[in-house]
Amino acid sequence: MRLRWTSAVLSPLGCAGCVGWQSAMDPQGPQAEHLHRLIWLFTGVAAVIWLLVMLSLALAIWRRRDRSDEPVVPTNAARERRSAVVVFMAVGATVGVIAGLTLASYLATRQVSEASAEPLKIRVQGYQWWWQVSYLDPAAARQITTANEIHIPVGRPVNIELAAADVIHSFWVPNLAGKMDLIPGRDNRLEFTVARPGQYRGQCAEFCGLQHAHMALLVMAESEADFETWQNAQLAPSAAPDSDERRSGRQIVTGKACGACHTVRGTEAAGTIGPDLTHVASRAYIAAGVLPTTRGSLAAWVADPQTIKPGNNMPMVPLTADELRAVSAYLSALK
Amino acid sequence: MTRTLALALLSVAVLAGCKREERSLRMAPPVAAKLDDVRLMPNQIGGAPPYVLAALGQPYEGNAYQLGLGKTLYTWFNCDGCHAQGGGGSGPALIDGWWRYGSDPASIYVTIRNGRPNGMPAFGDKLTPEQTWQLTGYVRTMGAEQASTAAPSRNDDLQSRPSENRAPAATSPPARVAW
Repeated sequence: MRLRWTSAVLSPLGCAGCVGWQSAMDPQGPQAEHLHRLIWLFTGVAAVIWLLVMLSLALAIWRRRDRSDEPVVPTNAARERRSAVVVFMAVGATVGVIAGLTLASYLATRQVSEASAEPLKIRVQGYQWWWQVSYLDPAAARQITTANEIHIPVGRPVNIELAAADVIHSFWVPNLAGKMDLIPGRDNRLEFTVARPGQYRGQCAEFCGLQHAHMALLVMAESEADFETWQNAQLAPSAAPDSDERRSGRQIVTGKACGACHTVRGTEAAGTIGPDLTHVASRAYIAAGVLPTTRGSLAAWVADPQTIKPGNNMPMVPLTADELRAVSAYLSALK
Repeated sequence: MTRTLALALLSVAVLAGCKREERSLRMAPPVAAKLDDVRLMPNQIGGAPPYVLAALGQPYEGNAYQLGLGKTLYTWFNCDGCHAQGGGGSGPALIDGWWRYGSDPASIYVTIRNGRPNGMPAFGDKLTPEQTWQLTGYVRTMGAEQASTAAPSRNDDLQSRPSENRAPAATSPPARVAW
């Protein structure tokens, strides 16, 4: 009795996992809405069928043969006809249900993959283990490159071109759309619209190596005005250092190994192997969702990236304590 | 009796399959610092690699993971730009077994770190000592003075040069050097 009460109280808690910033059960746009309806349709139909099967099974057990000398094959012609009707009805219902679900699935997929006239075009390239995000503005001067964070205006359709630099990855932001693979040598496209402002978390959904689990991205849906503000801030070159410590930090970033892989626009650092650091401190997380962006976490990352995310491509660059302090001061000011 | 012996031997042989190549992801900083202790002859060709390499078990010669990282760096740092796919372009070839500044690991390490006359730039401020050794190990497999059991992964595109662990390896310098 007590157990039953406990489970009755606990079972709604299981549904608490259904809402939040990374859940397909909490759709935030029309495409996710279609998929969400499809999930419930399939779950509902399958649940009814399961119940019917269980009921008939229970009925069969309840009406079992009492005596073993009773014949297994019914000799009564009327009973035989009745069971034949039941079998044919069940087969017909199965065909009908499968055809109906196929149609529903086809219609939902068609609605999800509808292309719109003038979407915001973004190119997302998957690397082991981070995401490069480029905004494909027709004007070359208005193209933005950032990493692990996609800002989009609410209500405007977004067309994402998905490419992979090394191995197969998969782009999945459950609140906004279904999964789509990033395949080396073949660019895929995914289109969706976000209905409400908010932060939605995505994750690589195709095993891509040692740090697959640490390959997250964040979608920031904001109003058209906020998006424009963000866009203009990103278009600007990196913030000039305003103190001696930050100036020496910039010197280390451009003069030592950092600049060989990372770009900081406005300085000589112009590497293209790692994430663009021009506005690294404006992003919520570093290392693809591993650490929140603070001066401390930036310093910890630069000091020993292989302990925080073993196997990633960033080497441990030997720095003295003063150099590390200067680098973290400089990076944390790159808003 | 023979069958029991054969089974026992077989099971021992199966155990050998349990050995997995070690992927060293993080090197202790003091060890990594020692990797830069290279001593060369006064003419900067030929010399002794750091003692710590022997203590580590020569990972940049025989560990496929390290060689693979070297191959990645070879692409990332645009070695192809001058040396092409090892065949040479504006820089000398790397696969013909002919070395202008020494073929031993210490010489190649210093070549990458400090650069060499006639155009080879210095990468000492762009690569850590560990990365420089990875690249050195990979460049040496391209030259292939001797066949190796370890090899980096294949190219995704068409392989335009002999495989890195080929045998027979390059033996003698070409008869005529176009340089």
